[in-house]
Amino acid sequence: SLRLVQELEGHEDRAWGVAWRPCGGSSVLASCSGDKTVRIWEHASGSSPASATWACKAVLDSSHTRTVRQISWSPNGDMLASASFDATIGMWEYVGGDFSFIASFEGHENEVKSVAWNSAGTLMASCSRDKSVWIWEVLPGHEFECVSVLNGHTQDVKMLVWHPSLDILVSTSYDNTIKVWTEDGDGDDWHCAQTLGPPGRGHTSTVWSASFNATGDCLVTSSDDLTLIVWDTSADLTNSGSDDSAKWKHLTTISGYHDRTIFSVNWSRLNGFIASGAGDDCIRIFVESESQESAQEGSQSYELVHKHEKAHTADVNCVQWHPKDPRLLASAGDDGVVKIWELVGELPPALSATS
Amino acid sequence: MAPALINANPVVHEKKERTAKLQANYNDSSPDVIDELEIFDHVRDITDPEHPYSLEQLNVVTEDSIFVDDSKSYVKITFTPTVQHCSMATIIGLSLRLKLLRCLPPRFKVDIFLAPGSHSTEAAINKQLNDKERVAAAFENPNLVDLVEKCLVSTEE
Repeated sequence: SLRLVQELEGHEDRAWGVAWRPCGGSSVLASCSGDKTVRIWEHASGSSPASATWACKAVLDSSHTRTVRQISWSPNGDMLASASFDATIGMWEYVGGDFSFIASFEGHENEVKSVAWNSAGTLMASCSRDKSVWIWEVLPGHEFECVSVLNGHTQDVKMLVWHPSLDILVSTSYDNTIKVWTEDGDGDDWHCAQTLGPPGRGHTSTVWSASFNATGDCLVTSSDDLTLIVWDTSADLTNSGSDDSAKWKHLTTISGYHDRTIFSVNWSRLNGFIASGAGDDCIRIFVESESQESAQEGSQSYELVHKHEKAHTADVNCVQWHPKDPRLLASAGDDGVVKIWELVGELPPALSATS
Repeated sequence: MAPALINANPVVHEKKERTAKLQANYNDSSPDVIDELEIFDHVRDITDPEHPYSLEQLNVVTEDSIFVDDSKSYVKITFTPTVQHCSMATIIGLSLRLKLLRCLPPRFKVDIFLAPGSHSTEAAINKQLNDKERVAAAFENPNLVDLVEKCLVSTEE
């Protein structure tokens, strides 16, 4: 089950997102809110991150004039980018335990909803209600240059996520589809390699979030249609042949578990657990089941291993596994609270099998 | 020149007689159970965005168009704009949402829909009104908030 480690209070409006700093022992957590701020939380040095010693170390309140919708650390943990409804991306540098504001980047016409770094930290992507996805190149001296504006979605773009090792970008949208963007061989020329969605098997309402597994051969997406979908993303999309073998495919739909919109899904890179956060105030944890039955059918299935009711007293907007400790999970809710959870007790055998 | 009204001559209905909520209900030690009538009382006096009449007088909302399940902390409102192409449907929906956001305990989940067949772009408006990110962004837009706040000034006052 999930044990509440600590409730982090301080945001004065709904908490939209959380992001663990990916390095330095991952003892730093950032959160963002409708109160226009980003809060930085740290646990006491020398203590376990699973102990209730987390405290607010900084409030970054000078960069945005409207809701901060999402935050994202650069892979080396030196920079924190924020996506805001004020149509800008904020950029903070984190050096020696202190944050300094670098710049805000303009270009989107209205609400920026997500920002994400590629695995090498050389590219950043942003998306907006203006339906576009922008790719920014990270240049020396904290310079960011927009190298591509990608149009293709017919409605707001909700969230971006990069492949864990390749320069492949995934965007999810209010238009019910997921788009996969890749770069042509000669650089700076990005295009939509595939659209996952109707017609065919896909989501039937807004796709709110997406997350790759550790190797990047599977992607899970969450939707307002109350389902999670797992996609087989092992096909090489740069293989330009248009035959079906070079396409990403629908693997399985996880339905019947969620009662309201699934705002967030996160696949642990450490043990294969999938956590979801939904508008029914619950956090759920799924794991791939290795039953004989599913193997015979030739399709994977996922089982619910834990459902935590009333994880927040309102919608759960974001869930995020800790990058180093496989038992830790952070969540953000409409109640304005950020929570840190520890997975305790007997874990299914799948955990050891996939770790 | 003032812009032409979308529905220049709406049908105006009588207001329902008000049933005062029993005082005992408030003093009771048991928690106050929220029902359809209470929700209706919260929204009936919202002013239509383009007429000096309330949503009740224009039959945009009725007690029957509200569903409440207190045990599940759930409210669903179905509203009927006065004309099929009413461009004010979004404003009416946002007014209902803001009013309930202020009146209801935060445990409540609220869904707001157009009555089936009542609008030419029903699906698109329903999707927008029930996407909380779009709604949150709308409530940060001063021009929209201004329009919505005007609707929340009760016709009774």
